Formats: sequence, C-alpha cells, structure tokens
Amino acid sequence: MRLIKQSIDRDGSGSITLFPEEPEDMWFAYNLIRPGDLLKASAVRRVTTESATGSTSSTRVHITLLISVEKLDFDTQSAQLHVSGRIVEETKYTKVGQFHTLDLELNRNFNIEKKEGWDSVARNLVKEACDPVKSADVWAVIMQEGLAHLAILTGHRTVLRQKVEMTVPKKRGMGRQGDHDKALEKFFQTTMDTLLRQLDLTENKPILLASPGFVAQAFLRHVLETATRTGNKALLAQKSNFVVSHSASGYLHSLNEVLQTPEVLARLKDTKYAKETRLMNDFMDLLFKDDGRAAYGPGEVEQAVEKGAVGRGGGILLISDSLFRSQDVGVRRRWVSLVDKVRETEGGEVRVLSSTHESGKQLEGLGGIAAMLTFPLEYLDEDEEEEDLMPNGDINGIKS
Amino acid sequence: MSRHKLVKALDLDEELDDFDGGTEPGYDDEVSADDKEQLRLGTIKVRDILGEDAGIPDKEIEDSLWHYYYDIDKTVNYLLSQKTNSQPKKSKKKKAGDREAKATDFFKDSPWLNILKERCGEILIEPLYPRGGLLGGSSKQDGAPKSKLAALAAARKKKENQILEDGQNATSSVALLDKLGAKSRRSKADTRSSSSSLNPQSVPSGQPKNIQTRKYPIRKPQNEDVSPAEPSAEAAPAAPGPLPSSELEVKPEVTPAATPSVFARTIFGTPAKSHEPVFQSADSYVSQASESHTEFNFAGPSPDDIVTKAQNTKGSAPKAAKQLAPLANGNKSVNGVTQGVSEVDIEDTKIRGKNLDVLAEFEKSKPKNAANFVVIGHVDAGKSTLMGRLLYDLKVVDQRTLDKYRKESERLGKGSFALAWVLDQGTEERNRGVTIDIAMNKFETENTSFTILDAPGHRDFIPNMIAGASQADFAVLVIDASTGNFESGLKGQTKEHALLVRSMGVQRIVIAINKLDTVQWSQDRFDEISQQVSAFLTSAGFLSKNLAFVPCAGLTGDNIVRKADDPKASWYLGPPLISLLESSEPVTRALEKPLRLTIDDIFRGGVQNPLSVSGRLDSGNVQIGDTVLVMPAKEAGAIKGLEVDSDPVEWAVAGQNVILHLAEIDAKYLKSGDVICPPSAPIQCVTSFKVKVLAFEHIIPMHCEVHKGRLHALGRVTQLIAQLDKASGAAIKGKKPRLIKPGSVARVVVEVDDPVPLEQGGRVILRAGGETVGAGLVE
Repeated sequence: MRLIKQSIDRDGSGSITLFPEEPEDMWFAYNLIRPGDLLKASAVRRVTTESATGSTSSTRVHITLLISVEKLDFDTQSAQLHVSGRIVEETKYTKVGQFHTLDLELNRNFNIEKKEGWDSVARNLVKEACDPVKSADVWAVIMQEGLAHLAILTGHRTVLRQKVEMTVPKKRGMGRQGDHDKALEKFFQTTMDTLLRQLDLTENKPILLASPGFVAQAFLRHVLETATRTGNKALLAQKSNFVVSHSASGYLHSLNEVLQTPEVLARLKDTKYAKETRLMNDFMDLLFKDDGRAAYGPGEVEQAVEKGAVGRGGGILLISDSLFRSQDVGVRRRWVSLVDKVRETEGGEVRVLSSTHESGKQLEGLGGIAAMLTFPLEYLDEDEEEEDLMPNGDINGIKS
Repeated sequence: MSRHKLVKALDLDEELDDFDGGTEPGYDDEVSADDKEQLRLGTIKVRDILGEDAGIPDKEIEDSLWHYYYDIDKTVNYLLSQKTNSQPKKSKKKKAGDREAKATDFFKDSPWLNILKERCGEILIEPLYPRGGLLGGSSKQDGAPKSKLAALAAARKKKENQILEDGQNATSSVALLDKLGAKSRRSKADTRSSSSSLNPQSVPSGQPKNIQTRKYPIRKPQNEDVSPAEPSAEAAPAAPGPLPSSELEVKPEVTPAATPSVFARTIFGTPAKSHEPVFQSADSYVSQASESHTEFNFAGPSPDDIVTKAQNTKGSAPKAAKQLAPLANGNKSVNGVTQGVSEVDIEDTKIRGKNLDVLAEFEKSKPKNAANFVVIGHVDAGKSTLMGRLLYDLKVVDQRTLDKYRKESERLGKGSFALAWVLDQGTEERNRGVTIDIAMNKFETENTSFTILDAPGHRDFIPNMIAGASQADFAVLVIDASTGNFESGLKGQTKEHALLVRSMGVQRIVIAINKLDTVQWSQDRFDEISQQVSAFLTSAGFLSKNLAFVPCAGLTGDNIVRKADDPKASWYLGPPLISLLESSEPVTRALEKPLRLTIDDIFRGGVQNPLSVSGRLDSGNVQIGDTVLVMPAKEAGAIKGLEVDSDPVEWAVAGQNVILHLAEIDAKYLKSGDVICPPSAPIQCVTSFKVKVLAFEHIIPMHCEVHKGRLHALGRVTQLIAQLDKASGAAIKGKKPRLIKPGSVARVVVEVDDPVPLEQGGRVILRAGGETVGAGLVE
C-alpha cells in the first residue's frame, strides 16, 4: 500500500488517499473502512437511458463515485473487497441516494474520509499498511493420514486454501496392507495435485510440511519421487523450499506449534505471525502460572487497565483486530479508547493481532482481548460476574 | 449388478400370466378351504386333484397344507407350481435340480416357449415368482408377490373369461376353469383374511427384513387387492376389470391359445413332451438365478425352517399387518399392484434378513466369555513384542511365519522386532520399528476369547490409541523395566495412556513389567516399579484390587504363557500373564439398547463386498438385512453381510468386533468415527455440548480436538461454566473459573465445527497441541 495523500486535521477529521499494490492491502482496507465512512473510488456503472420512444439502451460508464459506506464484504480467498453504500455526490450519471457497490481494485487509488475522525488505531493501521517491509509469504501443508490442510500465511493473514480429506483404510492384518498403502499413495497424490494447483512454482516461497508421525516425510518423498519421475524441473527446483516439521494433528490450529519449531523459526523469525505466535505463547505461559498476572476477556482486561496494571514495565495489551471491525461505532470506540489509554496514559504496549492467524484465533477464543499485567490482580472478576455481557469466548461470534 | 438390470427389464406381467394362467385356475373349483381339522382330508383331496401328476409324497402335501393352513387350493397350487416349476418350493436350492427336469418335461411341447432365446432373459423373473408363489400362498404379507400374482391372474382371468364367454369354444374348458378359479380364489381370499393373524407369521421367512418399512405398504396392497379384484372379475365377467397393462391384456389371449393351461393339462392328461428344449434352457437359467439367490440370502436354514420359525414367533407380525392395512386400502388399482410387484421383486433380489430375535439367539448360543483388551504403555516398552510373543506361544502364529519375519527383520537390521511384526503389519511400521495404528488380533483360551488391541505408544499416535482403548474392556499396561526407561516412561505415555484408559471407563488393568531380563530379574527393581506404578494408578482412580502385576520378558517369553525358567526369576510365585488375562470378569453388555457402532475403518471387504466397515458394537444388536442409518450423514444403508472375528454370521450383539458389509449406500457418506444406528433410534448429532471434564492440562477457552473412539473433530472450548467438586461432582459456588488447572474437574462447553454424533454419557477426550488436555463425560 502506498500513501498518496493525507490530510487529517488536528481533531481527527480529514481524508486519506491510498494506493493498494497487492492483495494483502485489501485486508488492510477491509480493516480500515468502517460503515459511515465516505469512500471515493473509481467504478464501472451501468447506466440505462430511455429514449423518447421508450426504447432503452444501457451503457457502461467509468466514473468516480463517492459513497457513504454501509456494508463491507471481504472475500478471504480471492482477497477482494466489496463496499456498498449510497452515493452522496451527484455525477452526470447518478443521483444522490442511489446504491452502489464499489469493488476496490489493485493499483487504483481510493480515498477515505472518516465520519468519526481518524482515531489512533486507524492511523496506526495506515502506517503499518504502508510499511514498505514486505513480509514473506509461506505455504503450509498440515496433514495427517487422510486429512490435509493447505494454507498460505501472509504477513497479516492465514488463508486456508484447500482441505483434502480422504478415507484411508487402516491396517488390516496379514496380507491386507496393500489397501492402506494404495489409499495413502492416492491421498498423497491428491494432496500434491492440490498443492501444485495452488502453488506458483516460479515463486520462491518456503513450503512447510507438517504432520504427526511420518506422514509429512512420506509426503515429501512422494512429491520428490513424482517430480523426478515426471521430470518436473520446476518442482524439483523447489526442493530446498520444503521444510518438514512436526505438528500434533492435521488441523490448521496445529500451525501454531509448527511456527515454534526451530527450523521454521529460523526461516520466518521476524514475520508478524511468528511474533504474534510467540506473544500468544508468552501469554499462555503466564496464564498457566496462574499468579494473577494474566487477564483475559473484555471485562477483566478493562478492569485491569482501569487499575493501571497494563502499564509501563511489561504491561502488554493483546487485542484482536476483529474487535475494531465492529459495525457498531460505540463498540469500536470502546476498544479504541482502551488502546489509547494503555498506550498513552499507562505507557503499556499494545499489540493488535490478526484475527485470521492461528494466534489471533486463539485470542478470539479468549474473548478477543487479553493482557499481561505488571502486577497480579487476584480479585479480578469477582464483582464482574453479573454484568459481564460477554462470557468467555463469546465475542468470537460463536453464539451467532 | 447385471441381474438387477435383467430383473428390471423383465416383463412381469407376461411372466406372471403364464404362471397363474397355468396353475391357478386348475384346482380352485374342486375344494374350498374351510376347516383346519382336515389335514388328512385335505391330503386326500389334494391327492385327488393331483392324482395324475402323482409323484408327490404325502408328507409334502401335508407340509404344504400345514403351511397354507389347510387351504387346499393354495396347497394344490403350490404343489402344482412346484411341480411345474421344477418344484422350487421347499427349498429352492435343494430342488433346483429335479425342478428343472420336471418342468421341462411338462412344458416340452409348448410352442410359445419355443420362441426366441432373448425371452430367456425375461423368464429370469421366474425365480421371483416361485418364491412369491410359495410365500404368497402361505402368508398374507409375505405373499406379496404371490398375492399380486393372484390379483394379476384374477384380472387376466376375468379378461379371459370375457373373451371366452363371448363365444369361444375351443378353450371353453379353460375359461370355465378360470371362472371357477376366480370364485374359489375369492373364497381363498376370505379364508386368508380370516386367518390373517396366522399368515403374517410367515412374513419374516425369507423376506428382507430391512426393507420392511418400504415393503409392507407395497406388499399389503397386493393382498388387499386380491379380494377386490377377484369379486369384480366374477361379478362382472363381461366388463373388463382394471388391467395392469396392455401387455397383461395381450398375454392372456396368447397363453390359453398357445398352451393348455397347467390345469387343463392336469385335467385332460399330461401333454406330450414337445416343449422341452426351450423351456429347459429358460428354466436352467432360472434355477441358476434362484440358486444364486438362495446362496446369497439363505446362508443358513432352509425356507421351510424359516417358515416354521416364523410361525413359532407369531407375536409381532400381525401387529405389523394391522398397521399396514390402512395404507394398503389406498392402493387398489391393479396398476398399482403391478407396479408394486415389480418393485417388490426388484427388492427381493437384494438383501434378505431373517428377522431373528437376536437376543434370543444370543442366549441360545451360550457365548464364550469375550474380552477385548488394549495394550498400552510408553513407546518402545515392548508392547507389540510382548503380544507377538503371546500369540506365538499360543500357536496363533506359526513358526514358519515367525521365521519369515525374523529373516526379513534381520535384513532391515531390526532382528529384535520379529515378534512385533506379528502385529505391526504396516510397511511404515516395520521400516520404522514403531507401531503406528491399532493392531487387532484374536486368540482363545479355554474359557475366553480375547481380542488384542495393540496400541501405539508414540505420542503422535495417541489418537489411534484412543480409538483402540475405546473398544477395550480392560487394559494391559506394559512397562519397560530397564534402567532409565521406566522413569522416562512414567513421565511420558505410561502416565498419559493410563489416565486415558481410565477416563474411557477401563476399570481393570494388568501391569506387565517387561524386559526384566535386562535387569537380571531383580526383585528390587520389580518391587520399586510396582510400588510407584501402583501409587500412581491408585491416584488416577484405579482400585488397587483391580491392579495385577507380573514380571515378564517379552522377547524371551518368560512369564507370559509359561512360567519363567530363569532361576533368577524364581522369586516370583504368581501366575504368568495369560492367567491374569483369563481372570478378567465378563463384562455386561448393553444388549437391549439401540444399536450403536462407531465406525473404526472403512475398506473394501472383497469382490462381493465393495464397501465394508468395521468396529465394535457399543450397544444393541444387528443382523443381516437390517436397515441402518449412518450418522452424521443421515444416509440409510442395508446390511448384506456380517462378520464377527472374520467368520460370517447372521447376527451380532454388543461387545463384538464386527465387520458389516453394507449395500445401498455410497462410500462417500461414510467416515471413520461415524456412528451406525437404527433408523428408529438415530443418534443425535450436536455442534455444541456440555462436558464434565477432568483436566490433564490447563484448560482455558481454546481450540482443541475432540476424540471419541475413531471420531475426531475440530472444536473449541468456549465456556468454562463451573469448577466442580472432585468428590461430589457438585459445582463449586462462586466465580466462574477463568482457568481449569490440571487435575481438577469442571463443566465446560465445547463446540465443534461440524456436527458430531454424540450421546449423553459418551466419553470424549479433548486434545490440543499434541497433548491430552482433558477427558470427560458428555452431559
């Protein structure tokens, strides 16, 4: 993302023009644009004109529209962002109040003007988005016998691209091993085909293969053997990009464990997800110590912040970016003010975790917010019981 | 299946016509069925009728009379058709041979049979007819095909009558007979309805039980139809009754013209032998087909046996008939009947159950004690080797096989793994020397038949171990006694496994302290280990009376089947491992509950059984022909074959390890971990459930995998409802827990992404990050 133009007044109002360069930037845009904002972007609109005789003709016109955002729709797989709302500026073809859905496109500017003003979280997000350091993308294949998850990890997102599930017969005693081996072979082949469909072999990205037991090794062997047999040079060239690792299961949430193994960390050390994973682990460790220095859940954390426990000297607030995506302006403001308070007043550290990474999901399970405290607070949630509107994990949208 | 196609393609009406036209009208007029006293009388009468045909022993007539409840025309019909059709009645299998000969004789000169060879394919239906004829005559419901035939015949007869009466001469006798036949048939129908309580008894005989629900309604209409159709035939002979199809109309005209009906022949003398050749081929085809049917469906008792049995167990069938009656009334048109016939017949080619009372059968069979035990322990404790040794010493595995393994394993440089290879059959397992998946083996001692579930010890394969342990009645914990290994094991999977089996409901545990030969059978070592393990297991909730320790050496076989011969081991006076296994108490089984079977594996059971599943019956019972529901796919399938410990059987009950050969269901609906249950009492699939959980690790709201037997699903703990008191199970008052510490008990809510079949009281294991975080009971 490139920042083309920024004009924000001291009171926070103003507009920003951005230039998205890669799919990842759409994710930022999705987090940045909120209902109520004014968004200006180029659009293709079909205009129907009726002639005097009553015959109609429709033409497509390329125009720039300014809409007041009402709804956002983000397609995780293709990283496309659709923003719908009412047109607020009349053009030659459109009237005010008509609906339009803008499809934000790569390499085309868009301009956002915030009704509520640019709060700190939004400004930080822009800063982060325009950070020129590119994070390495990594492919991950998490598998177990008969089950494989193919995902791509980008700086701010983990996207599950494909799930492969097949029935592999178990071993059946004497002389019946053939069925199992054959089915396993087929499973590997399917997984490999799926992977090759997703993979761009001209790119040089690490490919993590992880599984319990020996499945990942066997899979890598299968891939290399097949590549040699079929003379797939492009695939063979990727050989050094494969990293075999251990995971507890074939489910995607085992990715966390994978990201902690030394061989993976060596490659991915400074990526955002590796950092987030580490952070989350630190928090878990602290929580398991149960010395009152870890708080999770909205009520608990707010209380802790209130008491000044998330301050200088180790106080870290972990917050999922999904909390800021709330449709309700009030809710968003609540979290923004919390973040501001920790950052400005208390001097603590704030980390916004991506809700699509496994670490972020873990955090969402805890209510989307957690904090490492500087001093123990044992009595945290005692008086919280009644008015705690969000029980553990509720914010995850689980109830809906 | 090509046969099904043939059956579908076949022209039922035509076939049926030939038959009924031939047989039925004949005897109807002679006798009317009234009193059941007249077995003897009946026999005489039947004999009268059949006089010319002779060759039917009294015994057989009596039998038939008995089956047909003294209904003489049915009996005659049946006997005759049996005769004409190469006597398929008693047991088609048995009679196929002479049936062929006689029938061919009989139809020798029938020109219409001389037609094209293609017709043979159509005639294929005949296996269905004779069956129907047999059963139909005897029973209301079961008689479906038969009574349909009867209805058809009636309709056809009506037609014939009409035609004939309209001024035909040559076939007048036939016409007359037909008419009479219709009359007597009506009386027959009456008899039938009066004795309907009896008739249904024979329903189960040979009928696919699994199709009951579909079938009865179809079948019943036919029965009902018999009466409506026939009277109308009689009452208004001039008016063409509702005829099933144009073909049916055509055929009657042809048949009488071409061939004297069987009856006519019976009356007017046995015809010359000119039909023979064609029919023979057709008939041989038939007999072939019916033979294959019989083979397929009647593994055990002959149809007669079944009928008898069914008669003995009248109980439920009449009720079913009653229930179905209203349905039946609706479907009166002959058209419907025809349709019904075709459907029924097609289904007939599928699976037939015997509708056994499995529980009674089970009682009768006086089963040997059966016990499943899971072998658990840390990786490389020698579980597989110990079990390999056990099987070898019990001669389950012969010397030759073992020598082969020994040679092969030595080639891989793993000579000591030869015994383990008895159980570790997998390629990968052998190459790596590690058990990966559960191995199941059987052996028997004098009183008990055992199933070994050899679990993998490696922590990565704990899901597999869970699958095995969920099928176990008790456990054998193998502990490596060698220095250092015991200690690392106790921290590792020795502990985890023991906790797991305990939380899955295993009460009794035999501790085999293995590899004692490596420490010179040191009694101190044994005592030290037993003490520590005992202390740990008691704390894990095992009662000390349910623990038994035995020092042994798997590799050498000491104290496994035989007593140790090493003098250094003489201090141990207790029994060897095998005796400890035998002392296990028989487990009570939930036989009465609805069927539950968690699918362990899905595989191709062979050429005949493209889709088979294996697993242990958790509760209930199952038999061939049952319709079952697979959850969570909610797909119904039929059981066409059953194996218990790789022997084909008719039924199975809870506690047995079975293989089900399924039909009428696609493999894509099956997943290991799915539950097979009866359609009447399907297991519920849930996405969110409360669990009373014993925490092994810290539990917070988090992602986890939910394991239950083979079932594994991705889920998450979403709420910690309350911490529970360990002893009383009551919720501890006060604040909501924010963290469940290891060792404590709590109530939590778990949600899963996809619905999983779970019932109250089901035992689930929660795992995360390769660790077992808790085990619990679904509430």
